Parts: sequence; C-alpha cells; structure tokens
Amino acid sequence: MNELVIKNLSWALKAVSELVVQFLPRLVAMTVIFVVGWVVAWVLEVVLRRLLLVLRLNRLFETKGLTHLLTQAALPSPAEIVSRIVFWAVWITFMLVGVNALGIVALQLEISNFVSLLPQFVVALLILFFGLLAANFFSRAALLAAVNADSPSPRLFSSFVRFLILLFAITMALERIGLGRGVVVVAFSISFGAIMMGLAIAFGLGGRNVARRILERRFPEAKRRDEDKDDESSHL
Amino acid sequence: MTEESLLSDEFVRQLTAVGGVDILVGVPTLNNRTTVERVIDAILIGLVKYYPRERSVLINPDGGSNDGTTEAVQAASIPDFRTALASNPLRTMHVVSGHYPGVQGQVGALRMILAAADLLGAQACALVSADLLSITPEWMEALIRPVLKEKFDFVAPIYERHRFDGLLVKNMLHPLIRATFGYRIEEPVGRELAFSGRLASHFLEHDSGWQDFLRFGAYAWMTTTTMAGKYQVCQSFLGPRVEASKRSGLDLTTAIREIAGAAFHCMDIHESYWVSQQGSQDVPTFGFQPVLDLDPVRVNRKRMFEMFKSGVDQLGAVLEEILSPSTLQGIRGISKLDEKLFHFPDELWAKTVYEFASSHHRSVINRDHLLQALTPLYRGRVSSFILENLRADGQEVESKLESLRLEYERLKPYLIESWKQANVR
Repeated sequence: MNELVIKNLSWALKAVSELVVQFLPRLVAMTVIFVVGWVVAWVLEVVLRRLLLVLRLNRLFETKGLTHLLTQAALPSPAEIVSRIVFWAVWITFMLVGVNALGIVALQLEISNFVSLLPQFVVALLILFFGLLAANFFSRAALLAAVNADSPSPRLFSSFVRFLILLFAITMALERIGLGRGVVVVAFSISFGAIMMGLAIAFGLGGRNVARRILERRFPEAKRRDEDKDDESSHL
Repeated sequence: MTEESLLSDEFVRQLTAVGGVDILVGVPTLNNRTTVERVIDAILIGLVKYYPRERSVLINPDGGSNDGTTEAVQAASIPDFRTALASNPLRTMHVVSGHYPGVQGQVGALRMILAAADLLGAQACALVSADLLSITPEWMEALIRPVLKEKFDFVAPIYERHRFDGLLVKNMLHPLIRATFGYRIEEPVGRELAFSGRLASHFLEHDSGWQDFLRFGAYAWMTTTTMAGKYQVCQSFLGPRVEASKRSGLDLTTAIREIAGAAFHCMDIHESYWVSQQGSQDVPTFGFQPVLDLDPVRVNRKRMFEMFKSGVDQLGAVLEEILSPSTLQGIRGISKLDEKLFHFPDELWAKTVYEFASSHHRSVINRDHLLQALTPLYRGRVSSFILENLRADGQEVESKLESLRLEYERLKPYLIESWKQANVR
C-alpha cells in the first residue's frame, strides 16, 4: 500500500517537475519578450516623438485646426498622441507574442478574441473622443449663454450639459465593445429618464422665473416692453 | 459674381423698363408695413425737391414680408407732390420691388441693390432703412449731394445721439476702425449711407466673403472695403436716428456677435491694408450739426456692473484662452472694486478689444463663443463709462471719447504685435 502511494507521488512529482521544466523556459521567454518589447516600444516612441517634432507635425496640424480640437478635448499634442499610440501598439504586439509563447490554449483563445475586438475598441475610442469634444463645446456654449442671460448657476448648468453628453458617449462606447450591453443600456435609460423627470418636476415647481425668461426670449416684443422700463439705451 | 445671377428675370424686366438712372435709392424691407410708407414718401419728396432733373429709381428688395409691406410700398409710390412741394417732378419716379430669399438676410438685399445699381449705371446710390421714424426729405440731399456734386465715393452718416446712446459704436467700433483703418468715421456701421456707382461695382467684384456676415455686419464690410480700396470718403450730418424697432431688434449679445464679429472679420480680410496704416486722418464732413436736447435714455448701470462681475468670475477658464495673463489680471482686479468706485481704464479696455481681435483672428476658441465672452466685459466698460459721465455734458463726454480713441491709436503697435504672434504660432 505504502509503496503504491509513494510510487504515485513520485510519478506525480515527476510529472509536475517535467511540466515546470517545460513551462519555465516559456515563462522566461515571455518575460524576455515583454522586456524587449517594452524597450523597443520605448525607443521607437522617443525616436518618433523627436522626429515628429523636427518635422513640425504639431504646427502642420495646428493650421488644419486639429491641435485646437485636441486642446479643447484636454488631449496632448498630435506628435505626443502618435508616439504614444506607436508605443502601446508595439508593446501590446510583443505582449501578445509573449503570452502566445506560453502555449496555453485557453489564453491563445482569449488573445484571438481580444484581437477580433480591436476594431470595435478603436471605434469606441473614437466615440469617446468626439463625445469629449462635443461635451466641451456644448458645455462652454451653455456656460456663455447662461452668463449672458444672467442665469443663477451658470457653472452648474454647464457641468450638467457636459455630464449628460459624456454619459451618452460613454454608454455608446461601452455598448460598442459589447461590455455589459444590457446593463449599460438599462442603466443609461433609467438614469436619463430619472434626470429628465427630476428636471421636469424641478422646472414646474421651482423654475417659474426661468420659465418666464424662456418665454420672454420666445416672445421678445413682450420682453422689450418690460425692459424699456429700466434700460432703453441702444448700443448700436 | 454677375448681376444676372443675383436678380430674377421679372426684376431685370422691370429694371430694363426703367432704363439708365442717375440716382438709385435702396430700401430693403421685411415686415415694415407701419413705417415704410412714410420712409418712401420722404425719399421721393427729397428726390423731387433736390434732384428734379436727375433720373431716379427706388429699389425695394423684400425678404418675404407677410404684413402687407409690399402693398404699402406700392401705395407710397405716388405721393402728392403738389401738397408737399407746390410743384411736380420733371421726370417719372420709378419704384421697383423684388424679392430676395429671406434666409440671406440683409446681405441678400444689399447685393440685389448693388446689382441693380450696376445694371442701371447709377452715378449715386443711397441705402435707407425701412423702419425709420425720423427720416426727412433732407436726408436725401445730405446723403446724395457729396457723391453726385462733390464726387465723393462713400458718404457715411453722422447721427445726433444722446451721450449714452450707441455705446458699442462709441466705445469699440469707432475707435477700433479709426485706429486700424486710419479714417475718423463716426458711424462705421451706419445704415443710411451713399456711395458712387464705381464703388458699387467694386463692392460687387469683391463680395465673395459676404456670406460670412450677418445682418448689420455687411455695413461694416462696405465701410472698411471702401477705406481699404482708398476711395474718397466723407460723412454727412443726418440728425437724430429714431427707428420703430428700438435697439434694432437686437439684444446686446447678438449685437456684439454681429457687429464686433464683423469688425474683427473685416480686419482679417483687409489685414494687408490696415497693418501698414499709421495714425488717422479726418474725413470731410457735410451738413450742419444742431445741438438738440435729446430725450434722456435710461440704462441700468448697476445691473451691468453685476453682470460684468459675475461674467469675469464664471468665465475665467474661457477668458484665459483669449486674453494675455496681464490683461486678465487687470480685469480680475477691477472686478473686485466697489460698484461706486468702479473704473475700467481706457488702456485696459483697448488692450482687451485688441486681444479679442487677435484671438478671433487665430480662432483660439470657437469664434461665436469668443464674441459671447466679450459681452460681460463690454457691460463692465459701459457701466464704468456711464458712472464717469453721469454729470458730464456733451463736450466733456466727447473729450473723454477722444482720449479713448487716441489710446486705441497709441496701442496699435500692441495690436500688430499680438496679431503677428497669431500668424507665427
């Protein structure tokens, strides 16, 4: 009985040690590939960044208005973005090769799934980028309109507009990459519906002055008659 | 653009029936039934009284009025000259109406008038607003005579104004145009003006950028294009300007977007001209300026000051993108002053306007947003101007305004530096 146990144990140990002996070189290879990949990516990033600065890519994009768009979206310069994208693309490629070198079938399947998701991921990033641009543009428009209309809380109003557009963009992006599709859409619908209902109630109960201003803007003649009482200067 | 593409077949047919003319007066309309009849009567009586021997035509482009304006124009076309002048005209007075697409706004109407002037070979053209209450037949003489008899190419109006009326023109447009283009024109966006036939052709040849101008911006374009083209410019006293739709139907933000936006845009278009201009020159002035006791205007200065303070506070991030740190610091500093001690210095105001113009030139942010951000600062300037001139008479106010204009001129190198930085970036 004891001999049988010992025999099985030694066989198991032998199998594990064989597995470890087989796996260790792959792990080392993966680590080496990761490190080499990082170094290659970093070198490429630095070289490319300097090259693009020498070639004045930022200025070229500035004349086309793209640099301004990126600044508005609180994103770095075009040269910085391109070099960072190259860094991550190269390093992720090396990482995928490294993980593949492990020879684990399940991981290889996941990698294959990840690669097939990449186009959707890029589209989602684009949605986020344009969402960010739209959020910045419309929140500033709301802020200026509120300030010039002498509204009570311009920044709050502007932040709300920004939040709403970003929420919409994030929901669309997540939906695009299929992440918790049902949950995201339901959560968004509930949040959006709740916000709108809350606004409707708040507007009806507490926003009589705001409603009056909106109606005055809609019917300027009536407003003008009122305003003439205290301000009748023509600026032109 | 050729005039044929601007005019409908029916309109060209009517113009052809008129033949050649010496004088053309354009009156664009859009729902002006209550005032247009009187305006046209005044114009026709003025033409008969002062130019009985000249061939004249009144052109009325209508933007699609639905209140009976067109019918009112036709009804006003045959005034009883005997009661007004004790004589009849020596020539037939023509009134030609046509439609322009309302979406083109004032620009569409002006292009139609220019094309008609070109087609009819008019020697002198005048533009008159349809919603005027204060027009008299003498306006025709004041506007047209310098072109027809004195051979000037462009006649800008001078209106009699209350000292607190037209503050955007007085504090910004007049000094800005004077400092940049070098002509001392009182009303750079006056809506009653006259020009020669050859200048009308010049406008038509250079009108490719007109679609960028909103309603009243086109008048700024005409004035600056005349100066940049080095045409003969003069101005003429017209008297008080009272219109039916008070404040031109514009709220302050829209007025700044249209007028300041147009002025900045004109600086873009004529950059090569104004950058090399130094100092400013007087322009010949016709007519007699009466000293009238105009009705006082009420301005809510306190509210303007509060809106300035709140604007500076709320729009900090936006203003940081437009203004230099030192100018913004100055504005933040004065926004903390007590209302009764508030003072917006001339130098700071001129620098603010110049930096807005430069930022507009390089589109640091959306141009419409940029112009909206100017509104609270303008309110501050107006509030300060009124506080300083509460008890001042007309002469004192004029003297202070002249100091402001000189400050704009003194700081022109600052504008050019800021503008050129914009080009280098």
